[in-house]
This record gives sequence, C-alpha cells and structure tokens, in this order.
Amino acid sequence: MSDAIEVTDLHKSYGDHHAVRGVDLHVAEGEILAFLGPNGAGKTTTIEILEGFRDRTSGNVRVLGEDPQDAPLPWRERIGIVLQESEPVPELTAAEAVRMQAGYYQNPRDPDKTLELVGLSDSADHRTRKLSGGQKRRLDLALALVGNPSLVFLDEPTTGFDPSARRESWGMIEALRHLGSTVLLTTHYMDEAEQLADRIVVIAAGQIVAEGTAEELAASVNAMTRITWQPSPDDPRPPGRFGWSPDEHGGAMIETNDVLMTLHALTSWATELAIDLPKLNVARPSLEDVYLLLTTETNEGGGS
Amino acid sequence: MSGLSGLIRQAKFDLLIFRRNPAATFFTIVLPLIFLFIFTAIFGNEEIRPGVRAATFYVPGILGLAIISATATNLAITMTTRRERGVLKRVRGTPIPAWTFVASQAVAGLVLCLIMTVLIVLIGWLVFEVSLSMSSVPSLIITVLIGAMSFAAIGLALTSIIPSEDAAPAVTNAVFLPLYFISDIFIVGEDTPGFIQTIGNIFPVKHLANALQESFDPFVDGTPWPVTNWLVILGWGLVCAAITLKTFRWTPRR
Repeated sequence: MSDAIEVTDLHKSYGDHHAVRGVDLHVAEGEILAFLGPNGAGKTTTIEILEGFRDRTSGNVRVLGEDPQDAPLPWRERIGIVLQESEPVPELTAAEAVRMQAGYYQNPRDPDKTLELVGLSDSADHRTRKLSGGQKRRLDLALALVGNPSLVFLDEPTTGFDPSARRESWGMIEALRHLGSTVLLTTHYMDEAEQLADRIVVIAAGQIVAEGTAEELAASVNAMTRITWQPSPDDPRPPGRFGWSPDEHGGAMIETNDVLMTLHALTSWATELAIDLPKLNVARPSLEDVYLLLTTETNEGGGS
Repeated sequence: MSGLSGLIRQAKFDLLIFRRNPAATFFTIVLPLIFLFIFTAIFGNEEIRPGVRAATFYVPGILGLAIISATATNLAITMTTRRERGVLKRVRGTPIPAWTFVASQAVAGLVLCLIMTVLIVLIGWLVFEVSLSMSSVPSLIITVLIGAMSFAAIGLALTSIIPSEDAAPAVTNAVFLPLYFISDIFIVGEDTPGFIQTIGNIFPVKHLANALQESFDPFVDGTPWPVTNWLVILGWGLVCAAITLKTFRWTPRR
C-alpha cells in the first residue's frame, strides 16, 4: 500500500526560530495517525505545511502524491481540513453552510447525509452562530467531509472541550475509520491519541521523539513502576538495599521493573519488624507519565 | 464545476448572507435612502444653476454613495471579518479557484448596485421629480457597471491595510466619509474652493458622482459620454485589482 503522506527531513524556520527541525513522517493509506505534542512543539506548523497553507524551509513533502506547496487545485478535491480556528459563516444555517461548501467540489457527498454522519441533522436549520461549541466542531467536520476526501486533517479537534464533549467527538472521528479515510490528527491529549489512532507520533521542540502504539511508547521510555508508602516517623527506615528514595510528599518511593520481587522483599521486611506500610501503593506508569517523559526531556535538552 | 456556474452559485450565497446581515443591509440599502431624503428634502429646491435644482444632482450623487456602500464598504468589512474568523482560510483549503470566489463577491455587489439604481431612480422620479431621459440610460448603466467593479476592487484592496475585524468599519469610514463631502455627494455645487475640487478630482468618488450626474443633467443632449470620469474610475479599479492580486490575505492576521 502506498503512503498518503510522506515527509522527509522537514524544516521550518521563522527568522531565528527553528520551529520544525528535521521531521520524518509516513502515513499509510487508511491509517489514523495521531500527531501528539505540547503547545508550541511544531504540530500546527507541520500540519499546515502538509495542508498547503505554509511553505517549508527545506525537506521533501508528498501528500497524496503531490507537493502541497505547488499542488494543482484538483488535489484539494481529495483533502478535507478541520482547522484549529475557523468560524462558520454566522448568517447561514448549518445545512446551507454545508451546501455552499459542497458546491466547491466535483463529487461531493450528499449534504444532508453528511450532517447526519456528524450527528447534526437536528440542528440543520439553525443559524451557525446559534450552535454550541461542540455543534460548531461537528459542523467543521461536516464541512471537511462533504467533499468526500480520501485524506482528512484534524488540527486539535477537541481542544477546549469538556470531557463529555470530547468523548462525543471521539465517536465521530472513530466513524471516519469506517469511511476508509486516512486521518492525520493533532492533539495534546495522550488519551485522545491512544483512543483514536492506529499509531502515535510524538513531537517535542520541533523533533519527533517517539513513534509507535501507546504500548510501544511506554516500553520505549522504560518508565518504571512506582511503589510508594508513607512511613510513620517512629518506624525504622528501610535498609538501603531497597534503593528507595524520599518522594515529594515526605513518603518513601521505590522505582522498579521487578514489581513482584520488590514487593515481596519489602513486605517481608515490614512483617519481620511488625510494622505497617501505611498508604502502600503500586502505580504502573500512566500514558500521561510516558508523554511527559518524552516531551520534557527534549524540551530541556533541545531548547534553542 | 465550471467557473461561471460556480461563480453564480457563490454570488447567490453571498446575497443570502448579505440579506441576513442587519448591519450590512442597513448601511447599504437604508442609510443611502435616508441620506437621499434628508439632502434632497432640505436642499433640493435650491437652484445650483439657472433652471437646475439641487435635487437633480443629489439623486445621482446619493446613487454614487449607494454604489460605493454596496461594493467597497461592504466588501472591505465583510472580507476582513471573514479573513479574521478563518472563513477565508477554509475556502482556501477547497478546490474552488480563488478568482471565482473573489469575483463572486464583486458580482453580488453589482446585483446590489443595480437594485439600488432602480430604487433611487424611481424614488427620485416619483418623490423629487428628478427624471432620467431614456437616452441617458445606456450611459447610466455603463457608469454603474464600471463603478461597481472598480469600487469592489477598491474594497478588496482596502482589506490588505485593515488589521482587524474591529478596525474595518473605522478604516472604511475614515477613507470614504471625508470624500463624500468633497466629491459632489453631500455638498453639491461649483462654488467650493479650488483646492478642495482638486483633491476631489484625484479620487474616484467624485468621478463616479459626476458621471452619474451627467446622466441626469437636463442640459445634456442625447446620450452623455463621461469618458474621462470612466477612465479615472477604471484606473483606480485596475490599480486596486493589481494590489489585491499581490496582497490579499486568506489567513487571519492575529
């Protein structure tokens, strides 16, 4: 299967600011890829270069076989874009806005069916300025899909949403999978990337720092499980062989990959001395931890 | 979709959007009519030349204002708003050719100009007894066409110097309001100071007003041909079209 998006050694500078520093990116046809990173990491710059809104400083970019910088207009027939900040025309109803947009394409989807697809049929005759934030985002998606694109860009589709609105949007984006579209999604939410994407690419400070499924990312940073407890002041300190250290809350913490053996040793020691291990807790690394490890390391090391 | 049908389709949407925007409707349709009634009712019966009432000049003068409102003012404000709200950026991400989208705005403006022409000519005739001779109609139509297209280009060029949505009405008013006073629109007559007339002659507003006024002038025999006025308006239109091609922005400035 050929790649919908091929990027090699992409660079983008704004004056002295080197926003994107040698990004390589491949998105297969039909794949849903999450482009994950903190604000200012270069996500939007990269996606706007792929969408043809910005010119690159150097590197090679192919999107659906064309260079976005000088792709002919028919190339846009096959691309749908949800921009980070774009209002619908406030004077039109949702249905009219989708119909107007459909008129820009040779082979559009049926506008009414597109509204149905994003769950906006009930508000089809409402003026767009009366729509709620979540409904506007659905309309954005309808406008991106009405041209029947084979590649869809979603730039932070749920930023600023409350948790329930986010989950709702996830359902919609999940529906894109069934339409067979290739999707490139940017987000700064780890759970969103894990939920929606086949593969995650993490960008920080303009460089790709990790790539893979959520599990692969966790493995790649070798994040260790944390065993913590809150020793009473009167109790003896645990011996140094446990490799423990005081944590930020005045407790004790052990980081380990061998959870079972460490716990066994710790609890045996406590039972022998007949002391308690108050608030004993075993925490596997969360995806959020993995993400923070991946992105902060680079930000600290690679700052310009 | 072929260019022309795409253009007409988009122009229809633009007119629908216009109709539903109360501010645009008021400033483009209602306000010129209010000006027409105020100026013509107050000063209309003064003779500015022997046998010619001021009303004969106010009716076409206000028509000029209406044409500028429907094109330059309207486009400068709506296109800046759409740019800043990301509407234009979204359009740019679709296969519609840029010129089709932009030209449709001018076509929608032209439709509004034609409606205002009919309205103001009828009101002038029925209410203020300012009549238009049939032989002047071709000249009037040419002036409206040239005026609508050129002032549409002027409005689009203006968007390049307007930094934000909030600044749009202020900038357009700052540009056109003083010109209305020195361009035979609000103040009619040949006794204004020479330097005021000279300044007025540089800009296209006065040439639009004068070309329209010639169509209503009872002392012009046959069809008037205000060629110099037309050329000045067209010149401004072409320069502004070139500026638009070079500097028009599709993405927000903020």
